[in-house]
Amino acid sequence: MKHLAEYRDPETARRLAAEIGRIVTRPWAIMEVCGGQTHSIIRNGIDQLLPDEPGRRVEMIHGPGCPVCVTPLETIDKALAIAARPEVIFCSFGDMLRVPGSKENLFQVKGGGGDVRVVYSPLDAVKLAQRCPEREVVFLAIGFETTAPANAMAVKLAKEQGLTNFTMLVSHVLVPPAIEAIMRSPGHRVNAFLAAGHVCSVMGTWQYPPLAARFGVPIVVTGFEPLDLLEGIRRAVVQLEEGRAEVENAYSRVVSERGNEAAQRVIAEVFAPTDRAWRGIGTIPASGWRLSDAYRAFDAEQRFGVAGITAIESPLCKSGAVLQGTLKPDQCPAFGKECTPRTPLGATMVSSEGACAAYYNFRHG
Amino acid sequence: MCLAVPGKVESIHDDHGTRMGRVNFGGVVKDVCLAYLPDIAVGDYTIVHVGFAISKIDEASARETLRTFEELGILEEGLAELRDAP
Amino acid sequence: MADFAHFSCPTSLRDYPHVILGHGGGGALSRDLIEGVFLPAFSNPLLDRLGDSTVLDMAGDLAGGGRLALSTDSYVVRPLFFPGGSIGELAVNGTVNDLAMSGAIPKVLTCGFILEEGLPIADLARVVERMAAAARKAGVRIVTGDTKVVERGHGDGVYINTSGLGVVPPEVMVGREPPRPGDAVLCSGTIGDHGMAIMSVREGLEFDAPIESDSAPLHGLVAAMLAACRDIRMLRDPTRGGVATSLNEMAAVGNVGIEIDEHAVPVNPHVAAACEILGLDPLLVANEGKLLAIVPAAAADRVLAALRAHEHGRQAVMLGRVVAEHPRLVVMKTRVGGTRVLPMPIGEQLPRIC
Repeated sequence: MKHLAEYRDPETARRLAAEIGRIVTRPWAIMEVCGGQTHSIIRNGIDQLLPDEPGRRVEMIHGPGCPVCVTPLETIDKALAIAARPEVIFCSFGDMLRVPGSKENLFQVKGGGGDVRVVYSPLDAVKLAQRCPEREVVFLAIGFETTAPANAMAVKLAKEQGLTNFTMLVSHVLVPPAIEAIMRSPGHRVNAFLAAGHVCSVMGTWQYPPLAARFGVPIVVTGFEPLDLLEGIRRAVVQLEEGRAEVENAYSRVVSERGNEAAQRVIAEVFAPTDRAWRGIGTIPASGWRLSDAYRAFDAEQRFGVAGITAIESPLCKSGAVLQGTLKPDQCPAFGKECTPRTPLGATMVSSEGACAAYYNFRHG
Repeated sequence: MCLAVPGKVESIHDDHGTRMGRVNFGGVVKDVCLAYLPDIAVGDYTIVHVGFAISKIDEASARETLRTFEELGILEEGLAELRDAP
Repeated sequence: MADFAHFSCPTSLRDYPHVILGHGGGGALSRDLIEGVFLPAFSNPLLDRLGDSTVLDMAGDLAGGGRLALSTDSYVVRPLFFPGGSIGELAVNGTVNDLAMSGAIPKVLTCGFILEEGLPIADLARVVERMAAAARKAGVRIVTGDTKVVERGHGDGVYINTSGLGVVPPEVMVGREPPRPGDAVLCSGTIGDHGMAIMSVREGLEFDAPIESDSAPLHGLVAAMLAACRDIRMLRDPTRGGVATSLNEMAAVGNVGIEIDEHAVPVNPHVAAACEILGLDPLLVANEGKLLAIVPAAAADRVLAALRAHEHGRQAVMLGRVVAEHPRLVVMKTRVGGTRVLPMPIGEQLPRIC
């Protein structure tokens, strides 16, 4: 596939890894923010290619860029409550089906008779609402900024078409506040960030220079293919070795400084900023989007009266510390015992690119 | 977050006021919403996430990126020569 | 299409173009289904007697040390018809292949239908026709069967169970010796075709050239492999859960480590592209006409040649080797030279956005 295969060349990968090995003189820790990047790193074994000697190493810390991992427990519980209702067709991206709520997950609700359907695009949920006027169609609108344009367009179209049986349960999260929260948390070990390439294709890169300056960290906007990741890591290491802390765009074929302004306009119309609780991390102010007042009628929380649901995290689950990079999965007391991929306590074990699941699979298989 | 795949726009049409396209991903064709790329044209490559095209792929930047990888290879050979020189 | 002219009671099936509860009741309506739909398709001297059970004469097959192989499987798929096949082909080839993995020559199948009230008889007839064609191609006969009907809303149209009986020739023993480090791990062809054929119908993907299910009977392929090498260590057909699941099973049962090279994994480009779009890993996608084999290192080339000479093994490759390290783990050298563990998937693989 064009614009994909070229960025998987093994010989170039070897050279990039060798170059990183050549220039590194100290131990560095780089956080990739995006779950898709974590998935690619693990799936391609890229962390295996990075230098790992005493005093000269590049360690990747898997960040909280996985909406599966950080969607608040309350949101999952609200989703479960709505999905169990007989009049509801509950639509979700596949990623969310196995995320544990306080007691169960969407898969189990489906098994118990709930009409839960995996969709590829939020537009599929809107089409379903058109085709099934006698049912209530609810879409679980999670994700980072990348998915917001799609979710925004879905509800905008629903409004334009005058649909009265379509609502969304919204739990969008934003990257810049997350970076800030990580840099402010005591004990963090992050020296540099790989910013999420597709988030930036929507939002641009203009939000990142203040963060780089304030916290003194290089931020390299990076893609997802092996060569993109290795190049992003290389540029971050160059900056670290040279003592610089700037924003660089290593994914320029897709990302521009201003981003997609048409998408940003629709997002501004449909969504409004809100405080958001990040699972395992806590509430980060203004770190999420909710439906704007103009779109309140499409808010599933209001339609189904679930706004009051609150949840308490398992005290055993340390996914917050893992997400912030202050704890390695195998340092968690529950790792491999109460918490395994088959019986996950938190989302970092559920998601196949969650740091805990990745560690578990690597060691235990 | 953000599984987005590159594809080539094969045709553009209107679906009740929404700009849609048929995009070819290595032989797999899917309908994609083009509302966020008003300037995209047939023959362009785009990145698609959950059924929406969110960015046009800039061919010049792509070539530039691949060129820097090639230069890295030349650099590496040069360094090896220096290392191995008597 | 069922030929209604064969009916003894000509009015009934025409009066009921859809399956009703009565068709499972054992009475006249059941008889109509048997005589109007099943018998015309499956007819053979053993089945035509329509006894409560069918008596088989296996003395010739078992003479000289032949052994019986027995297998059962149930088939549940939606949609019922997809590019390259239907539930009918799966129901025959799936059980034939389970028998083939023991080195058995499949002989006879049973078949039990659970039909959903409301299923159009025309659809049932199409499924049955496909089963009959697959059975003929595989050289097996369907010799006994059963039909039940469940209420509308239970049953996805049709569920089929087939049990199969086969004969393992006296000289054949798959797994005479357990796998050992150095053994070669072979795959008979491109992976992920079946699962993506189904997924693409469900997800509304279109193709320049459609992805087709690879459902096929593999006992002939296995016989060719055994002719090239008597000491095949293990055979598996990677159905649900894909190649990754089967490799993990083989590593666990054999208590050995397995290492494979991602570059060696054969994937049809359209299957690869469809997987990219949906965020799926071809190694976890179901196959219905492929096998994995562990063979002694010295025999690898011979067995590969035998595979490639056969219509169902043309794109056979060596994926990797059995190793002494990391017992029970399957490790893959990735396309960019890194390594990763291929875990046993938990549950169904779902399309992802992340």
